[in-house]
Amino acid sequence: MNASTLVRLSLRSILRNRMRSLLTTLGIIIGVCSVIVMVAVGEGSQASIRDNISSMGTNLIMIMPPRGQNAANRLVIEDVEKIRKEGVHVGAASGVVRSAQAVVGGIGNWPTTVYGVEPDYLRIKEWTTGAGDFFTERDVNLRAKKAVIGMTVAKQLFPDDDPVGKRFRIANTPFEIVGVLESKGSNAMGSDQDDIVMVPLSTAISRLRRSRYLQSIEISAASEDRMDDAQAEVEDILREAHRLSPEAENDFSVMNQAQIIEMASSVAKTLTMLLGAIAGVSLLVGGIGIMNIMLVSVTERTREIGIRLSVGARRRDILRQFLTESVVLSLSGGLIGILLAVGLSHLLESAFGLRAIISPFFILLSAGFAAAVGIFFGYYPAHKASAMNPIDALRAD
Amino acid sequence: MAVIELTGIKRYYSFGEVTVKALDGVDVTIDRTEFVAIMGASGSGKSTLMNIIGCLDVPTAGTYVLDGMDTSGATDDGLADIRNKKIGFVFQGFNLLQKTTALENVELPLLYDRAGGGKDAMKKAKEALERVGLGERLHHIPNQLSGGQQQRVAIARALVTDPAIIIADEPTGNLDTQMSNGIMSLFKELNNAGITIVMVTHEEDIALWARRKIVLRDGRVIREELRPAAPREEV
Ligand SMILES: Nc1ncnc2c1ncn2[C@@H]1O[C@H](COP(=O)(O)OP(=O)(O)OP(=O)(O)O)[C@@H](O)[C@H]1O
Ligand SMILES: [Mg+2]
Repeated sequence: MNASTLVRLSLRSILRNRMRSLLTTLGIIIGVCSVIVMVAVGEGSQASIRDNISSMGTNLIMIMPPRGQNAANRLVIEDVEKIRKEGVHVGAASGVVRSAQAVVGGIGNWPTTVYGVEPDYLRIKEWTTGAGDFFTERDVNLRAKKAVIGMTVAKQLFPDDDPVGKRFRIANTPFEIVGVLESKGSNAMGSDQDDIVMVPLSTAISRLRRSRYLQSIEISAASEDRMDDAQAEVEDILREAHRLSPEAENDFSVMNQAQIIEMASSVAKTLTMLLGAIAGVSLLVGGIGIMNIMLVSVTERTREIGIRLSVGARRRDILRQFLTESVVLSLSGGLIGILLAVGLSHLLESAFGLRAIISPFFILLSAGFAAAVGIFFGYYPAHKASAMNPIDALRAD
Repeated sequence: MAVIELTGIKRYYSFGEVTVKALDGVDVTIDRTEFVAIMGASGSGKSTLMNIIGCLDVPTAGTYVLDGMDTSGATDDGLADIRNKKIGFVFQGFNLLQKTTALENVELPLLYDRAGGGKDAMKKAKEALERVGLGERLHHIPNQLSGGQQQRVAIARALVTDPAIIIADEPTGNLDTQMSNGIMSLFKELNNAGITIVMVTHEEDIALWARRKIVLRDGRVIREELRPAAPREEV
């Protein structure tokens, strides 16, 4: 019996029990669909993270407190000064602290994130002020109560006026607005980059955080080809500043942009794999459903098997027939699942602004996996069918 | 020339202590183009013998030479090939595939033909159906046919591979007298065309269609009768 006859035969018997076939393949359909959608959304969010971090600035190097439970944060403002003074490969450097604050002024109040930074920060982020000016080195030294606000904050508090020169309060402390940042819009993850207030680092430390330790130091290398040099140099400077003995480990971590991307997307990657694996389990459950219905089908069709054996079918002909049937069943479930997944991904993108990336390779992989599920779970029922004794099979009713 | 040679055929079924001797030493030789009726009380071993002749079952002991070939060495696949090529089966209950047209039912053995007999399957199946008088019913499914017509489809299916032998286990058991006679005259016609026919029946007047009658009791042949001139041979 040739392949096309086998496929024709199995399609016919599948279509003879339409409802049952559909319900049987539902497990595969849902399994394949969810695997693809999960992985597509995971890939999409990884890509967003990459874009997002790339948009943070060029030649960026970030220094953060060491990761770990009882690691102490020892980054201080003097470290930044030392880096700026001694780092020959360093183009710009700024300490950073952040705190969530409700700012009050103009026509009301607005919850936002207040960054304590130094004037270099603007250069590192390749950002500019649209109106007014940024605060200066001197403002930092004097702990001036000056602030530069993002476009969103400006619109929320001063919809009708020019905010420059106006005063508002952060944590009950009055600040003078000296500038408004050029609008940057949303980043790749969809969060609003203009929802921000920047104040001098020293002011933020004394007024808003009440801790002298920095959350990070951000640096841009003097040029792209000096990234590695700058990274090594900064590490040396900080080790010296923290008086670490040669065998002591760093009490800070230095990462360049590529490493930051790697780290940030590793969570998304793990999540993608986890979700994919869960969806994969549902695919296996779907396979068990197919096995179940194939077993029922073999029992129901015992007589047919007997007839086929009596007219000269060999055992392997029967095996092939039922195996083809279960593969056709699972493969068509897989194809429906793929179509659904493509549709669903488009829906997620257009309706929820999520990014979903479906690679053709992954589509092929899922189709192949669906077929493998059909073979794996169809084998036992098919073998059972082929092992029947022709006389007993013919007697069945 | 002998086409079926059974020597000392035994078929035992054992259930622990108990052994049922369905066949207990059967010697039968059937020549090419014979028409043989096998008779005997219920449980005498007729079906068991037919299944062995039809290579659906293998004997516990004894040798079965079919068309000059000893079947005792045949593998499962070898037996399947014999069923496909040399033997056509007709059953009491027709055993047609349900929801499948007459034409497709008759094509079935050709689909399993490893020697390329599957070519022109449709044409051959059509010819076989025409031969049994169902040229007008090609696309009917079993439910749409009378018992006699269904049995004709089964006979066409048995014929389509040009077998040497047709084996029929109570082919008229489910049919009324008129239909039975129709089926028997078809068998007679096929026999006249050179096909060996071995048939089990309970009814004496059906057995009259055959040239030879073999009677079984308790798994043994107890009597054989040869009719020199069958009264119905002229029909
Ligand atoms: N699969 C089996 N397992 C056990 N015993 C069997 C089996 N098949 C047949 N037998 C026994 O073998 C004996 C012969 O059975 P068989 O079917 O050949 O009889 P039969 O002559 O065809 O009877 P009937 O006229 O009722 O069809 C019976 O006693 C039966 O019980
Ligand atoms: Mg019987």
